[in-house]
Amino acid sequence: MSTPTSTPASPEAGPDRSALVRAVAEHHRDQRGPLLPVLHEVLAEFGYVDAADVPVIADVLNLSAAEVHGVVSFYHDVRTTPPPTHVVALCRAEACQAVGAESLYAAAQERAASGEMGDTEVQQVFCLGNCALGPSGTVDGRLLGRLDAARLTELTAGWR
Amino acid sequence: MTTVYVPGDASAVAMGADEVAAAFRARAEVTVVRTGSRGMLWAEPLVEVATPGGRVGYANVAPGEVGAVLDGSLDADGERALGVVADHPWLAGQHRVTAARVGVVDPGSVTDYEAHGGWVGLRRALGMAPADVVAEVTESGLRGRGGAGFPAGVKWKTVLETAADQKFVACNFDEGDSGTFADRMVVEGDPFTLVEGMTIAGYAVGATEGYVYVRSEYPHAIAALRRAIEAAYTHGFLGDDVCGSGHRFDLHVRVGAGAYICGEESSMLESLEGKRGEVRAKPPIPAISGLFGLPTAVNNVLTLCTVPMILADGGAAYADLGVGRSRGTQLFQLAGNIARGGLVELPFGVTLRELVEGYGGGTLSGRPVRAIQVGGPLGAYLSPAQLDLPMDYEAFAEAGAMVGHGGVVVFDDTVDMARMARFAMEFCSLESCGKCTPCRIGSVRGVETLDRIIAGDDVPANLVLLDELCETMTKGSLCAMGGLTPMPVQSAIRHFPEDFDRTPTPEGAAR
Repeated sequence: MSTPTSTPASPEAGPDRSALVRAVAEHHRDQRGPLLPVLHEVLAEFGYVDAADVPVIADVLNLSAAEVHGVVSFYHDVRTTPPPTHVVALCRAEACQAVGAESLYAAAQERAASGEMGDTEVQQVFCLGNCALGPSGTVDGRLLGRLDAARLTELTAGWR
Repeated sequence: MTTVYVPGDASAVAMGADEVAAAFRARAEVTVVRTGSRGMLWAEPLVEVATPGGRVGYANVAPGEVGAVLDGSLDADGERALGVVADHPWLAGQHRVTAARVGVVDPGSVTDYEAHGGWVGLRRALGMAPADVVAEVTESGLRGRGGAGFPAGVKWKTVLETAADQKFVACNFDEGDSGTFADRMVVEGDPFTLVEGMTIAGYAVGATEGYVYVRSEYPHAIAALRRAIEAAYTHGFLGDDVCGSGHRFDLHVRVGAGAYICGEESSMLESLEGKRGEVRAKPPIPAISGLFGLPTAVNNVLTLCTVPMILADGGAAYADLGVGRSRGTQLFQLAGNIARGGLVELPFGVTLRELVEGYGGGTLSGRPVRAIQVGGPLGAYLSPAQLDLPMDYEAFAEAGAMVGHGGVVVFDDTVDMARMARFAMEFCSLESCGKCTPCRIGSVRGVETLDRIIAGDDVPANLVLLDELCETMTKGSLCAMGGLTPMPVQSAIRHFPEDFDRTPTPEGAAR
């Protein structure tokens, strides 16, 4: 995980972004415990939380940058780098392992490494709540059941 | 016009229900209602057609088959023509209380909810003294459905009797255990029940504000719940003056961010406060010092969704179901390598065999059942010799296992239990909040030790070491994450010792 001091702000994090992040934080400021709603909205807007967003959010919510960074680095969902073009998330939890999730995950990782899926990140997740119809996964956010390697290849064909 | 019911449940959608619904909508003579799922997940997409004799169902419908569904010719004499769905043996044998409306009603319709018995419990509760509402819940014998099984009435009584200017109801909808999906299905299929249950809880304990903490992996449920809350405000079931009673209750949805540990109640409260989801040491208990340090009733989705029925029909009716100190029903979730997976609600006391072999129909692969994990990733692995165990908190505890949240994950004879034990440690190492040492470091050492065992490296000595490590984690961890991770590990060793009897391989790899 990055730290606020060691990761340079990406070029995208210019004044426009900073103003928008500030507006998002101000919008949620009066809720109880506003930090996670703020981070979710920044993620929805930009796809990731930039190191430069942290002091802005901290300032608006009257928190220290360390407190905000601590939360950013704790949660798996909070990306700190720009997202790839495509995300394939495969469940590796017990119920999906019982129907072959481990080999599916290995095959998908291999395919991604070979470059056949373009700019795709293959992620492991633990439970999507589709445990009666595994192996489960999401392909660019869409939940799918009874996945196998052939179906995944079909769904990701032509990805760059 | 013909009315067709197509589930909008996430599991049905994962099998193509949206495409099937679109194919029906393309036909002028059809009205499509998106319901939840009946729980026969093996049959999804399960389409129902309204007929004078009841809703007639068809299993595993593809978009190209909508014509055959409408003229009743689809697999007419085969297994995919289910007949009147409510009479199907898989459903007719169940005892639906908490999930009675799931798959039946339109989850987006507040009037459909009312037509199916909704708001009866809330209206009755509002006419009672708060202490009497708590007493009714206590009488029902309802225990926390999140897994720990703490009596709900006792918890509520503590919150009610703790004086404070502000109290909260917090619903734990961070259903992260693999093999569980009942919370999701109930909220997607019948979200007003949760709204009603939380509003009753607020009235009973003296809280005017409620929070639902829902995991980010459940976008369908989040949407259904937000829609229901908005409708409940519009119709006066939430807000300043609930049902004209003068009682105020506001309900908020908060979305998690992919941390399994936030299903632990104190960690969930930290997360709701906008902090790292690190567990708190107890005491104080959340009923006295919970969200923002104020008295908070923290309950699981299923606990809260059972409350409206208890208030509507009386605590005694619910307490009549079940066995021993496990009263009422449990929503069992059949998952993993199982032929007919889904949601089975039955009174406590049903045997594991009835669930796995009866409802579940054995494995999906057709191979013999070898292991069953009950109660999520922190629950024990059981062997087929234990299939006659009754589903009952105390009977499971006696067998060194736990009912937990009711998840039943089946494995066939290709499973390698040493690898599953390793996975339990790996999962703990990935999802530990890091606050206490036995969990944070113990899980990493557990993975390393199991790697040596799997490689056949001095197995007897490493098994002793692993056992000592498990004891340290069990006794020394702050919460159930580190404290119960040894349960799947040690139960795997106990019931499947042959999988740990490894000899060294040249590559150091598994069999």
